Amino acid sequence: MSAYELIRSSAADLAAKLAAKEVSSVEVVQAHLDRIADVDGGERGINAFLHVNTDEALAVAADVDARRAAGEQLHELAGVPIAVKDLIVTKGQPTTAGSKILEGWMSPYDATVVKKLRAARMPMLGKTNLDEFAMGSSTEHSAYGPTRNPWDLDRIPGGSGGGSAAAVAAFEAPLALGTDTGGSIRQPGAVTGTVGVKPTYGAVSRYGAIAMASSLDQIGPVSRTVLDSALLQEVIGGHDPFDSTSLTDPSTGLVAAARLGNVKGMKIGIIKELHGEGYQTGVENRFNESLELLRSAGAEIVEVSCPNFGYALGAYYLIMPSEASSNLAKFDGVRFGARTLPKDGPLTIERVMGATRAAGFGDEVKRRIILGTYALSAGYYDAYYGSAQKVRTLIQRDFAAAFAQVDVLISPTSPVTAFKLGEKLNDPLSMYLNDVATIPANMAGVPGLTLPGGLADEDGLPVGIQLLAPAREDARLYRVGAVLESLLESQWGGPILDKAPTLASTAATSGEVK
Amino acid sequence: MAAINRDDVAHLAQLAHIEMSETELDRMAGELAVIVDSVKSVSEAAGDDVPATSHPIPLTNVLREDVVGHVLTAEEALSGAPDAEDGRFKVPAILEED
Repeated sequence: MSAYELIRSSAADLAAKLAAKEVSSVEVVQAHLDRIADVDGGERGINAFLHVNTDEALAVAADVDARRAAGEQLHELAGVPIAVKDLIVTKGQPTTAGSKILEGWMSPYDATVVKKLRAARMPMLGKTNLDEFAMGSSTEHSAYGPTRNPWDLDRIPGGSGGGSAAAVAAFEAPLALGTDTGGSIRQPGAVTGTVGVKPTYGAVSRYGAIAMASSLDQIGPVSRTVLDSALLQEVIGGHDPFDSTSLTDPSTGLVAAARLGNVKGMKIGIIKELHGEGYQTGVENRFNESLELLRSAGAEIVEVSCPNFGYALGAYYLIMPSEASSNLAKFDGVRFGARTLPKDGPLTIERVMGATRAAGFGDEVKRRIILGTYALSAGYYDAYYGSAQKVRTLIQRDFAAAFAQVDVLISPTSPVTAFKLGEKLNDPLSMYLNDVATIPANMAGVPGLTLPGGLADEDGLPVGIQLLAPAREDARLYRVGAVLESLLESQWGGPILDKAPTLASTAATSGEVK
Repeated sequence: MAAINRDDVAHLAQLAHIEMSETELDRMAGELAVIVDSVKSVSEAAGDDVPATSHPIPLTNVLREDVVGHVLTAEEALSGAPDAEDGRFKVPAILEED
C-alpha cells in the first residue's frame, strides 16, 4: 500500500490490514508522521499539532508489529495511530491546554483514556491544538496560533477541538480524542467534514481531562467515519473509579449498532427550534436532504418542539463560566505551570498570583473567569447561576418529552459553515452563537453525534448533521449515523473528504521541524 | 438585573486574582456588559416551582474503600512546580511586610 492510501484509510480498514499483516504498524505510523511533517508546519500549515510524539509512536508501533509477528492476540485497534487533544494529560508528552500558563508542563500521570489507548497499544501521534482551556469555537484562542481548516486555509476549523478535527480531515491521523463542553467535538466536526461524538455524560471517564466546566465536560471520539468513532468509544468508554461521575455501564454494543445498517421503523424528530431562522441556506438545504434520505430508508420523520432550548445558550454562558472560574483557580503559580513575578512592589503570594494569571491567561479565559466570578458572587448567585440551573431542568424536561415521542432527534450541528479566521474574534457574542445547536445536549447530559451532510451551495464548505439520543442510548446515534453516512456517500460517490482540496506541502517553507 | 460596570470588573478581577491594566478593564467592562445583557432572559425563564439541576445525570454519593492507593510521589507532585525546596512547594511571602 502506498503512503497515500494508508493515510486515507479509515481506522477500521487499517485495523483489518494490520491484522492480515498486509501492512505493519510502523509503516502506518510513519506515513502519518510524514503527512504531519508535510502539511502541518509553516506559515500556511494546518497547525493541528502542538507536539509530535515521533519516537514513542514509532516504538509502540514496532512493539505491536513484534507482538503480532509472535502470534500474540491483540486489541482490534492495536497499531492504529491516534492524536490526543492537548487538554488531556499524557505522561512523556507536554500538556499545555493551549495556554501559556502551562507551556512545557509535563503531567506526572496519564488520563484514564490515555491509559486505555496504551492498553489497546494505539500509538499516540501527538497532542492537538485547541482554544485555550477549550474556551472557544474557532481554535483562534490558542496561545500557540490558530489551526487552519483543510477545506480553506483562511477559515476556522471550529473549536475548541479544531486541532483534532483538522488532523483527521487533513489525513494527519485516522482517529483523535476530543472533549466537548458545549460542542467542542461536534462543531469542529461539522465545519471540517468529519465525524465526532459527545458520549453520554459519564460514559467516558474525564479523569485527566483538564476541567473547564465539570458538569458539562465530556471526552469523546473524533474520526472520518461513524464506525471508527464507535470503535474508539468502545476503547475509551466504561466505568472508572477515578471519576466519581463515571457511569457503571459497559462500553459495548456501539460497533454492532454502527454495523446494523437499518433504520426501518425508527422515529426521528426534527427539533423545531434548531433550524430555520438564523441557519445558513446551504445548511438548511443539506439538512433537508438528509431527512429525505432517512425517510427513504424507512424512518418516520416527525417534528417535535423543545421550547426551552431558546434559553440554553444564555444558561450555558452562566453555568460554564461559573464552573470554569472555580476550576481555573488552581492555576496560581504555585503547584504547576508558569510563575510570573510582578514588575514592582512587594513580592507577596497574592501579587504573584495576580501577575501569573495576568500573563498566563489569554483574553477569552479572563473574560470567562470574570463572568463566572460575577455570576457566583453574593447578591447575583440566585439571579444568574440559580436561574441557569433551573433552565437546565427545563431543557431536560424538553428532551424527556421529545424522547417520549421519538427514538432520536436530528438538527444541523452548526448554524453556519466555517467562517474566516479573525471574522468573529473581536465579537465574543457572535462567536458564542456557533454553539446554539450543540449546547442543549451538554446541559442535559445526552449523547450527540455529528457527521458530514454535504457541502453548502453558497460556499462549497462542509455542513454537519447532528443526531441526539437519550442518555445511555449512544448506540442509537451510531445506528442512525452509519445508515445516513452510507446513503450520503452513495450519492456523493465516496467520502465527502474526497471533495476537499489537495493540500500543498508546507515542509519547504517551514522553519521549524515539528 | 444590574448592569456590569468598570468598577465591578476591577473588583471581580481582584477576587479572581488577575491583574488588569486600565485599558483592559475598560475593554472587559464593555464586552461583559453585552454578554450579561444577552443572558439576562435566563432569570425570567423558570418560575419558583422549577427545581435547579446541578448535574445532568442524577448520581448518589460515590464512595470507595478507605485504603491508600494511586497517589503521586512527592517528587512527581513537585515535578511541575515553579519552585520547590525540601520536598515542599515554595511560595513567596504570604503576608506583606511593613
